Amino acid sequence: MKKFGSKLYLGLILLFLYAPIVTLMVLSFNSSKSRAVWGGFTLDWYAQMFDSPKIMGALYNSLTIALIASVVATIIGLLACIGIQAMRRSTRTFWLTLNNIPMLNADIVTGLSLMICFGAFGISLGYGSILVAHIAFCIPYVILSIMPRIKTASAGTYEAAQDLGASPFKAFVKVVLPELMPGIVAGFLLSFTMSLDDFVISYFVRGRGVDTLSTLIYTQVRRGIVPSMYALSTLIFVVVLVVLLVQNFAPGWIEKQAIKRKERKALKADPTNEIA
Amino acid sequence: MSSLDKKEPPAGEGSTAALACPVRPRVSKSRLMRELLAGPFMAWIIIFTVVPLALMFSRGFTDKAGSFTLDNVMAITNPIYFKALVLALELSVVATVVCLLLAYPLALILRGMKHGSAGAIVFIFVLPMWMNSLLRTIAWQSLLEKEGVINGLLGVLGLPGIGIINTPAAVVLGMVYNYLPFMVLPLYNALAKIDDDIIDASHDLGANFWATLRHVLIPQSVAGIVSGITMVFVPSLTTFVVSDILGGGKVALIGNLIEQQFTVSYDWNTGAGLSIVLMVFVLASMAVMNAFDKSDMASRKVA
Repeated sequence: MKKFGSKLYLGLILLFLYAPIVTLMVLSFNSSKSRAVWGGFTLDWYAQMFDSPKIMGALYNSLTIALIASVVATIIGLLACIGIQAMRRSTRTFWLTLNNIPMLNADIVTGLSLMICFGAFGISLGYGSILVAHIAFCIPYVILSIMPRIKTASAGTYEAAQDLGASPFKAFVKVVLPELMPGIVAGFLLSFTMSLDDFVISYFVRGRGVDTLSTLIYTQVRRGIVPSMYALSTLIFVVVLVVLLVQNFAPGWIEKQAIKRKERKALKADPTNEIA
Repeated sequence: MSSLDKKEPPAGEGSTAALACPVRPRVSKSRLMRELLAGPFMAWIIIFTVVPLALMFSRGFTDKAGSFTLDNVMAITNPIYFKALVLALELSVVATVVCLLLAYPLALILRGMKHGSAGAIVFIFVLPMWMNSLLRTIAWQSLLEKEGVINGLLGVLGLPGIGIINTPAAVVLGMVYNYLPFMVLPLYNALAKIDDDIIDASHDLGANFWATLRHVLIPQSVAGIVSGITMVFVPSLTTFVVSDILGGGKVALIGNLIEQQFTVSYDWNTGAGLSIVLMVFVLASMAVMNAFDKSDMASRKVA
């Protein structure tokens, strides 16, 4: 009974979470432009989506901004972590506190303060200003992901590598970097996601005529969303779903295959050798 | 970059470095080199976080002519803005409480699952965040509309329809929907860390489910509760998107009025002043939550 109760509860929450997503997917195949009427199945919106320079332009902006911003933020953040770790405790605390500001601040405040800043320095709003703002709000997440690892990464091995004749740079690349890799990857992915899904900050720092997917959607809210937007987001969702599934379940599968292959090879190479 | 040099401890002061390595000058020099690596980060955070905030403060405390004034900040006492702030506070408190009440049992259920399947379930809860959040909120419009999907289904079942679109209830629903994962994840992380033995011990000592919940699970997951509350409350309090889409322009939160100051009436000074007030409320709520977390830790240590 208790088990049934938990399952029912899980099911209801999942229904709540996925109802809008299913709705969007269904609407992307609806030949009627109205959201209230089902006009029959169509793939037209998927075709139109690729023909719309506005949507493709916004997609291009969103993807390139997310990619450049997360790469730059990851590099700056990684260097920052190495530098911050070398600082005295009080200096370190100071910079890490500053680093927390964009994460604690409301998006609307971050966006507006950047808009005021760009205005004050006469920087024209457009693709560049969105990119700069995205790098600014991504860096803290990168540092948040890498910092805990750099704390545990042993200074001993780094110094040992240098004592054994490696240059500081080589010692870093060969010894420290591999230890930091999971944090770097996590920071990069987090930045990419945050950048791609951001609306509020982009909304305030974008210039006229420059749209990301989010800002394009928002401008369409009042005039009515073009169903091609549903088609595009359905497509993105499915791509992400496949990528995440592969990422989550492929490593285990590949490992199993690799072990099997190794076992087979070992058997072939040396039939007398028993596999432990 | 001269400011960097100052941060380098003078010889003899960097006591840990001195202890770790007898060849102090070499370490000191390489440390300076390493600190320089943080240069781009420092520059970026000063130029694009500290300076913008400073400029926002200077806008908020000056009038159009540039002389000091408190009018922009005091604009919050204007009934229009005050009502919007109070409404935002009310709705975000309700949304946060609903999220907590929905997420806690959920996190408990997830905790009780086998490791593999719990991982997959967490994955299922994070996945929706990959669909554009604006579109998901817009989808709720179609679900909630008078002629929408939910009312259609209710009609088929012979039940009366609901009319919550463009009301505060719809806005709360949108907040809960958008920020629920932010509550589930920290709660799940905190609960997953609790040792099974502690819970078993509590049962062995005769505590029923509720007693265990009250005396073991909740005190042990305070950190998760605190970060979950902050992560739902702050975006709910400051949103203008959810209220715009699901409130249909009839539910004006403080976020909406600030946004309009900048994009409609172009009164940046008042907008900045109101933003400062909003920031104070955000910081105050965080301070309260952190104090709660710390005092609880302290009391646990004493006990």
